[in-house]
Parts: sequence; C-alpha cells; structure tokens
Amino acid sequence: AGEGNEPVPGHGTGPPAPERVLFPPTFSVSEIKNKQRRHFMFLRWKQQQRKEKLALKKKRKKEREALGDKAPPKAVPKTIENQRVYDETTVDPNDEEVAFDEATDEFAPYFNRQTVPKILITTSDRPRGRTVRFCEQLATVIPNSHVYYRRGLALKRIIPQCIARDFTDLIVINEDRKIPNGLVLSHLPDGPTAHFRMSSVRLRKEIKRKGKEPTEHVPELILNNFTTRLGHSIGRMFAALFPHDPQFIGRQVATFHNQRDYIFFRFHRYIFKSEKKVGIQELGPRFTLKLRSLQKGTFDSKFGEYEWIHKRREMDTSRRKFHL
Amino acid sequence: SPQVVWSMLGNRQFCSYKMTTKTQNFCRNEYNLTGLCNRSSCPLANSQYATVREEKGRCYLYMKTIERAAFPRRLWERVLLSKNYEKALEEIDENLIYWPRFIRHKCKQRFTKITQYLIRIRKLTLKRQRKLVPLRRKIERRENRREEKALIAAQLDNAIEKELLERLKQDTYGDIYNFPIHAFDKALQQQDAESESESDAEREEDDDDEDVDKREFVEAEDSELSDFEDMDKLETSSEEEDEEEEEVEEEVEEEASHSKSKGKTPLKGPARRKRPYIEIEYEKETEPGTKTKAA
Repeated sequence: AGEGNEPVPGHGTGPPAPERVLFPPTFSVSEIKNKQRRHFMFLRWKQQQRKEKLALKKKRKKEREALGDKAPPKAVPKTIENQRVYDETTVDPNDEEVAFDEATDEFAPYFNRQTVPKILITTSDRPRGRTVRFCEQLATVIPNSHVYYRRGLALKRIIPQCIARDFTDLIVINEDRKIPNGLVLSHLPDGPTAHFRMSSVRLRKEIKRKGKEPTEHVPELILNNFTTRLGHSIGRMFAALFPHDPQFIGRQVATFHNQRDYIFFRFHRYIFKSEKKVGIQELGPRFTLKLRSLQKGTFDSKFGEYEWIHKRREMDTSRRKFHL
Repeated sequence: SPQVVWSMLGNRQFCSYKMTTKTQNFCRNEYNLTGLCNRSSCPLANSQYATVREEKGRCYLYMKTIERAAFPRRLWERVLLSKNYEKALEEIDENLIYWPRFIRHKCKQRFTKITQYLIRIRKLTLKRQRKLVPLRRKIERRENRREEKALIAAQLDNAIEKELLERLKQDTYGDIYNFPIHAFDKALQQQDAESESESDAEREEDDDDEDVDKREFVEAEDSELSDFEDMDKLETSSEEEDEEEEEVEEEVEEEASHSKSKGKTPLKGPARRKRPYIEIEYEKETEPGTKTKAA
C-alpha cells in the first residue's frame, strides 16, 4: 500500500507511516482503485513476501548447521500419499481372515493352478479402427487371449457360450467417439465383474522409443499398491489374467500400478545391466483405468449384486481418501 | 364453408401448419391423415374428416363431422380400435361407413403403418439398448487432472525398476543372471557344502578375498566385472567350481548372444571389455586347475 513503503500522494486511508513498516492491518492492496497502481503495489508486496520467505529459510538453515548433529530431523514434506485418510479395509499381510477369504473365493482355482487362463477380448458394437488395433495389441500382451468381433451380440448370451468353451475371463472394451473409453473385466465361471473407465490409451506406434513387438513369452506381473480389501480383489483379478509361470527368458513385465485410485498399465522389456541397475524399455500399449463398479456375479447390469459402486457424491468428498 | 377456407389457406394466405419444400408441401397438423398439404387431406378445409392416431401404444380413430363444426370442444370424436389388426380394420370400416373412399382408404393405410412401427418398437426394446450416459465436463476435467497428478506421483519407471531389482535380489530369477556377487556366493556355498576337507586357513583366505572383492565391487563399480572375473578364476580350488564357472560362462555368453539376436544392447561385462583392467594376483595355497578365460 502507499502507506507501506512510499507515501503516495493523494492516497490515504491511514497516516503516513515510516519506511520499513508493513501494511497496517486495515489496508489491503485490493483497495486501490487504480489498476496500474494496484498492480504495482501488489508486485511490490509479493517481492517483499518472497524476500521474507527467503530470509526465513536462510535463518533456518543456519540454525540447522549450527546445531549440527543435534539438529532435529528434517521435516518430511506432506504428500497426498502421506496424508491419505486411513482406510480401515487396508489389508494386513498377516490377516488370516483375508487369507481364508482368498483361499475360498472365485479365484481360488486359478491360484491353486487348477485352471489355465484363457481370455476373450471383445468390444462394443461397431468398433472403430483405433479400438480394433488396441484390442489386437492387448491380445499380444496377454498370453492365451483371443479377439472376437461383437457383431451385435448380447453379453448375456455370449457368456454361457464362453463358459462352455472354457474361457476364464472376458474383457469388453467399450468405445465412444472412436476411442476406447471403458473396460469391463469379467471372470467367467461366475466370477466378479469389474467395470473401469479407461483413459489415455496409447497404442504401440504412439509410444516414443518403443522396442520391438512383444514376443510370445509369458510376461511377469507387477501389481503395485493394491492395499485395501477392494484393491486386493482387483489385484487378484488382474493376476488371474496371466498364466502362473512367467518365462524369464522373455524378459517382459506387465505392470499394474495403483496410485490414488488410478491403475496404470505398462508393458516393458527389462534388461539387467548390472547388479544394481536395470534398464527398461516400453513396448506394448499403455492405458490407465479407474474403477467404477465391482459386481459379484458375471455381467448383469439389471439384476447384478454390486459389491462396490463409485458414488461420486459420497466418495469424492475428500481429496485424501482413496478406495483402492 | 370448406371451399372458402381452402382457397384462403391452401393457396393464397398463410397457413401455420403448412411447410413448403422444393418439391412438396407438408402439413404439420396433428390430425392430418396423409401429412401432405392437399385439398383433400387438409383437416381444416374438410368438414367431414377422419384420422387414425396412436397414443401410448393404442390406436384411436378420430372423426369430425359437419354437425359438430360449431362446437370445437366436441369436434373430434374418438374411438378406440381393438388390438387385433383385422378386427380394427373392420371397426374402421364400420365407423366410416358411407364416408368417402379416399378417407377410408387412407385411414386404413395409416393404421397399418402405425401398427407396423409399434411392432418394431416392441421388438427393439427387447434387444440390447444402448444407454447414453452424459459426460459431465467439470468431472471429466477434474478426473483428467487428477490422473495426470497421479501419474507424476507414481514415478512408474522407478517403481518398476525397484521391483525388478528386488526380485533379482530375492533370487526369483534363479540361475539366469549371473552377476559376480551372486556367482561368487553360490560358488562359496558349493565350496562349503561339498568339499569336506576345508582347512580353516583356506576359509579365512576365502573370506578375506571375499571381503576384498566386496570392497572393490562397491567402490569401483565400473571395473567390477572385469576384475571380478579374474578373481573368480584365481580362487577356484576344486574342479567342480571350474566346471561351474565354465557353465556360468557359457550361460553368460548365451545370454549375450540372445540379447544380441534380439537387437538390444549386448550385456556388458563378460561379452565386451573396453576398459583396461588390472589382473590382480593373490597368493593362495592351491592353484587353479584350468583357466578358461584368457587374461
């Protein structure tokens, strides 16, 4: 303000103050009517704030150095992950109940190695070129998967047929305005159905510095950050897509990384340059998923029993609360 | 009288129901029988008129006669037609008996068309419906922004690399990768397990060498591999270890050739050595049996 550092003539709600004083509390920069002057004052004010901040930092640093070893440990900066609201359904690694649940749920036959995953990939009606290409690439990434055209068939009718032909999973890629935007993943012999919103889909040719095509080797799988009970079941769903024994010769790895409820999928080829260094090269498509709903049985929009639906008004209230 | 009405509306003056196009005139009046703007199909210009209209899946026959021309509220008489197609046609005939042929014929035609499209509606609703869910712009924007931030926070490459190194450490890859520390550890384990006559001095020396190796490894990471290979050779005491070394060598070369065939950068270390390296000799009790690598 005028009163702050320079008494500006003809401006005054307060008494002309001495040089270095800060703004008197009753005055604020926004009260000046003239835009240019207001802007100027505001910049001046900002500079002053910055200077103070810098001075404070320096002082703190000096104090820290002066204390040397006895200095208090550096404060950890707050991140959203740090500040995350504790979810009571977080799975404890030693939880027996969860372990028991998992031994008896729909994925038990897969994890007991009784079934070999066989995936059917399809789209919504009349897919456009991008979606079709994406489906093909996805089929190369996931071993033992087949792409079939939809041709207007009802999901409820094709599910019994799939079960009859020994498919274990069904992936439906929903398309809107020529880009894929949704994914329905259904574990077949009456397994759970998860509906995701898919975004930032990049085909192989759009990835920079990509390698050659993914080979036929069975890739490894990395599932990161699936902490809560819900996240656990989703993680198992993804795990059930891939066969159990990865072929390490192939040096391919598929990653599902959950961060703040967004699941990022990447497909890389890795090479160990040394004991402590590994190089990765991205091949294969990439996309991100956000879970919209999890249904108990196979796909049934009307009568299905929903285990979890994303309700925007209730669940999106806090920025630090995540469900996966 | 209807002729006057027609001469006004039809030709000369303005009719608000009339829609003109290049080839034809249409009539937007809801009681119009054919939908065209004609002298015979204008419901305003004919005092005796009939139409078939449907409401909520049921068809009605609407009739207008001269007698009720003065009572606009009661002008249109409505008759519900039966759901049975033939019966409904008979009802139309019955109600429009003695009416001009044109109106009767057109009513039946219109009724047929209506039933056909009602059937189609019912068939389509049984098939799959596409549900259109409107996007909410604010929410889309918010989710995209959050996704970007989550992507930055995720640091995917680092996370993946860390996980892979973890798995390497935990030996999930087994024998495929031989990095000197691992090979050496394995060799050591083999030595401890199999050879029974191990003197303590030997062990001590081994330990010393191991310590020295480890130290070297940590400090000079660049030269680790080249130096290491030699030291491994020097320390092997039993033939089995030599064999193992050879196997390990072959595996590494195979790996190198594999990776070369894939077009990736070949494995550093055993496959190529650019830097000048120093051959370190340690004094030991036992001499190595065979040297597989040229110095």
